[in-house]
Amino acid sequence: MSGTMKEFSNGLVKNNPIFIQALGMCPTLATTTSASNGLGMGMATLTVLLMSNIVISIIRKLVPAKIRIPVYIIIIAGFVTMVDLLMHGFLYDLWKTLGLFIPLIVVNCLILGRAESYASQNGIWKSILDALGMGLGFAGGLVILGAVREILGAGTVFGVELWGDAFNVFIMILPPGAFITLGLLAGLFNWIGISKEEAKKKRQKEAKKAGGKA
Amino acid sequence: MKVFLIFLSAILVNNFVLQRFLGICPFLGVSKKIDTAFGMSLAVVFVMLLASIITWLLNGVLILMGLGFLKTIVFILVIASLVQFVEIFLKKTSPALYEALGIFLPLITTNCAILGLALLNIQNEYSLVETVFHALGAGIGFGLALVLFAGIREQLEFADMPKPFKGLAGALITAGILSMAFVGFSGMIKL
Repeated sequence: MSGTMKEFSNGLVKNNPIFIQALGMCPTLATTTSASNGLGMGMATLTVLLMSNIVISIIRKLVPAKIRIPVYIIIIAGFVTMVDLLMHGFLYDLWKTLGLFIPLIVVNCLILGRAESYASQNGIWKSILDALGMGLGFAGGLVILGAVREILGAGTVFGVELWGDAFNVFIMILPPGAFITLGLLAGLFNWIGISKEEAKKKRQKEAKKAGGKA
Repeated sequence: MKVFLIFLSAILVNNFVLQRFLGICPFLGVSKKIDTAFGMSLAVVFVMLLASIITWLLNGVLILMGLGFLKTIVFILVIASLVQFVEIFLKKTSPALYEALGIFLPLITTNCAILGLALLNIQNEYSLVETVFHALGAGIGFGLALVLFAGIREQLEFADMPKPFKGLAGALITAGILSMAFVGFSGMIKL
């Protein structure tokens, strides 16, 4: 059980696609003008990632190694087209705001990356868990980024008013805000990582000292 | 006149990297040196131009056959095989250019600016001439942003940055400031 949990939690925090691996940067920056847009994009990507991981894991032994990349791209593009049409039919407003970035899920390096490095070498069950972990990590990152930008830029979160127009940093909604927010968040993650490592080293040193005395 | 406006707006007002967020991966990945940034930009302009023309023509065929919904699949396959073809062709005919573009060519397949440009051309219902100029503008805009950014990053190497902000985080904030400069152009051209 702990083995399967590991597959799932790997993408969630430790190898988070956005903050640690920096994969799929274009939709990350472009679609996070609000928390709900980020969530929509995250869910669309999660769906495509899950479906493509399942199919690629099923056919992994049938595909000749030399043409595997084009095959994966066609599978991914097929699912992207389905998601595109479904969103056009059932979530028209969201489809319109996300616009170009729904067909562009095809070239999201996260999806091809997981297909190539994980689903093509592992069984269906493991691939599903991997896709869920990575997809939720991606969606979570988008929601955090979207929420920060929405709070600072418009004073709302998920459309719920916090302080409204009383304090707005308009630039946060504009393109530069995306770069700066993501840069600051990535810096924060690095800082947490660095300080954790230093604390660990300190503890090891102290443990050594204590051990030497005893 | 409209053609010129499309060209200029793709470079400055709707800069592909800094305003539309297309092609961020190579923008962050190959911007450590001006030389490589320049090589990458050349390769992108070249592929963008070819891909735009071919996808524009193919879209006409798809619409004739009533298969417009297949355009994402068709375009990505065309771009992937086009990049391969260009690579082989350049290797045979002009080894010097091939050497110069080197590893950047295969990387272009997953550059979302190319597919994004092809889809935008269709979405905006451009004619073939407008498509060509839009592609040129997009490529030059991409190159401009990339080379500018590489120049800044070369200088940043010598700056004393706080440890957590070295690498990606600092680069992103720098890109934010560069993007702010390009916001100044917004509203200059209305199409």
